Amino acid sequence: MPKKKNLLDWYRTMLVIRYFEEKVEKLFSRGLITGTAHPCIGQEAIAVGACSALRKKDYVTSNHRGHGHFIACGGDPSRMMAELFGKATGYSGGRGGSQLMADYSLGFIGGNGITGGSIPIATGVALSSKLKKTSRVTICFFGDGASNQGTFHESLNMAGLWNLPVVFICENNMYAMSNHVSNSTTVPDIAIRAKSYGIKSKIVDGNDILAVQSVVSEACTHARSLKGPTLIECKTYRLSGHSRGDQRTYRTRDEERKYWQKDPVKRFHKTLMKENILTPEINKRTKKEARQIISDAVKFARTSKDPNLATIGKGVFA
Amino acid sequence: MRTLSYTEALRAALSDELNRDDSIFLLGEDIGLYGGAFGITRGLLDKFGPERVIDTPISEASFVGTAIGAALSGSRPVVEIMFMDFITLAVDQLVNQAAKLRYIFGRQAKCPLVLRTPAGGGRSYGPTHSQDLTAWFVHTPGLKVVAPSTPADAFGLLKAAIRDNNPIIFIEHKMLYGLRGPVPSASAKLPEIGKARIAVSGTDITVVAWSWMALEAEIAARELDHVGVSVEVIDLRTLSPMDTGTIVKSVKKTGRLLVVDEGCRTCGISAEIGFRICEHAFEYLVAPIHRLTSPDSPIPASPLMEQAMIPNRSTIADEILDVLDE
Repeated sequence: MPKKKNLLDWYRTMLVIRYFEEKVEKLFSRGLITGTAHPCIGQEAIAVGACSALRKKDYVTSNHRGHGHFIACGGDPSRMMAELFGKATGYSGGRGGSQLMADYSLGFIGGNGITGGSIPIATGVALSSKLKKTSRVTICFFGDGASNQGTFHESLNMAGLWNLPVVFICENNMYAMSNHVSNSTTVPDIAIRAKSYGIKSKIVDGNDILAVQSVVSEACTHARSLKGPTLIECKTYRLSGHSRGDQRTYRTRDEERKYWQKDPVKRFHKTLMKENILTPEINKRTKKEARQIISDAVKFARTSKDPNLATIGKGVFA
Repeated sequence: MRTLSYTEALRAALSDELNRDDSIFLLGEDIGLYGGAFGITRGLLDKFGPERVIDTPISEASFVGTAIGAALSGSRPVVEIMFMDFITLAVDQLVNQAAKLRYIFGRQAKCPLVLRTPAGGGRSYGPTHSQDLTAWFVHTPGLKVVAPSTPADAFGLLKAAIRDNNPIIFIEHKMLYGLRGPVPSASAKLPEIGKARIAVSGTDITVVAWSWMALEAEIAARELDHVGVSVEVIDLRTLSPMDTGTIVKSVKKTGRLLVVDEGCRTCGISAEIGFRICEHAFEYLVAPIHRLTSPDSPIPASPLMEQAMIPNRSTIADEILDVLDE
């Protein structure tokens, strides 16, 4: 069992992610933010479990459903929220929106608006680390949908061929937008695909943060010592819709209720209570802190300055 | 000044830069033992080893993406795409990733990536090995597009591209690889990306071209000089950013403009140049702007058909005389 302080930190981060996403959904429904966002409700254990396995100088690449990854890497919810509000103080100054934020000082190389787009980029970051003889590891998050893109197959092949220090984390949340994984993918487990590229694979319950943490730690150690990449398939479920405006007509409410029983946040709460790490008081306080972070974030975003229109077209080149 | 072929000049530039900066490496198909499909990287594997000259699987989308990731994390990759036609496979990585990272993520994101690729026809390689897709990338904000026509510029501009902190599409030409010419020494001042070159000075008409077409235009100009026609040939060298100022200055002097573009006609670079002149020098024109391009058609493999559709020194000379007759 990891240290008590770590466990409580992880729990708090999971709550921050959950509340962030719930708030984003509310803000959309009230028309206070525009565009789109892809909430990761139900997948918090993967983001927090995986990122807790990293060292300070390691790298992470994310995808369109990346708020959780970024918060788990240390991203500031206030600047994230400001980005969703299209404000100058947002991570990308309003240029990127929900899917495109980054903080290179945290090793967070960025979200990605193109499914599978970040898989070769993560592979290249890992190639750089290897060529420079550093011991930095790159974690690459993507979903079940991306595992059907050519870049997934090409990149795993190259990473295997060159033995790169990268950990591919497939969050199999069962749906690529509306398309059920059984309707898009020939194999029962995406992890099987690692075999084609000569790399290790592991299947883990993506709703169990401690299991994710342990599997990703092991894969990172393996990668760090240049023993090769790993493909980790985290079995999970996207509890919310694909994005704003998704009526979820492609699945039943019964199915959703079934998976709400496996809610990773509740599950971790239960574990921590059972282990006497969390008490009702600490829980209450932690939840309050997490909620405060989100309400501060919204306040920061709403009161932040709009982008200066004179900057349109500026900064296209270095 | 030494005399080198365009191929040797490119190789010398790569070799100099690999020697100068350890963070540079080459990535592409068959660039190692084989030396590249056109022999540009021949000998570099022996000289620099497999960590600096990396052969890739046939996975254009992902090895270009890999280069982007490497560039973002402190390396300076130089990628070779064997034929420009194959760049289509990597367009997502170039257009949605490389071109936008700096704009979105700001100063923290630096993507010093050079993608070298030979464009164009002339060797009857057929519809999927002969295209000039330059215009696509000029239409993409965030990419610089360079297309040298001489060994000197192949050398200087490749070095300048490698030292630039932006993603650059560096377009070579199959018909130029054997061209020989003077090349400055390794220590000479590098040409600036974004600056055109006056290849031939003249007063009667301005001809704007680049890459292979700049060579053909120069030959046409020298032939016409014998019959008393004074042609100014501007070799653009960089398509993005485009040196509009040099073209405008020349047209203000000559009053006539012909644009020669090997790419196809519709929405081509020729249209862009023509319109820039309409915006900036319309009142100086004494004749309508002409353009000579390939037609809006795939490029056939038959050498006769191919020759008939791509502009050349003789069709350029004829077109110049047509403009002067207006």
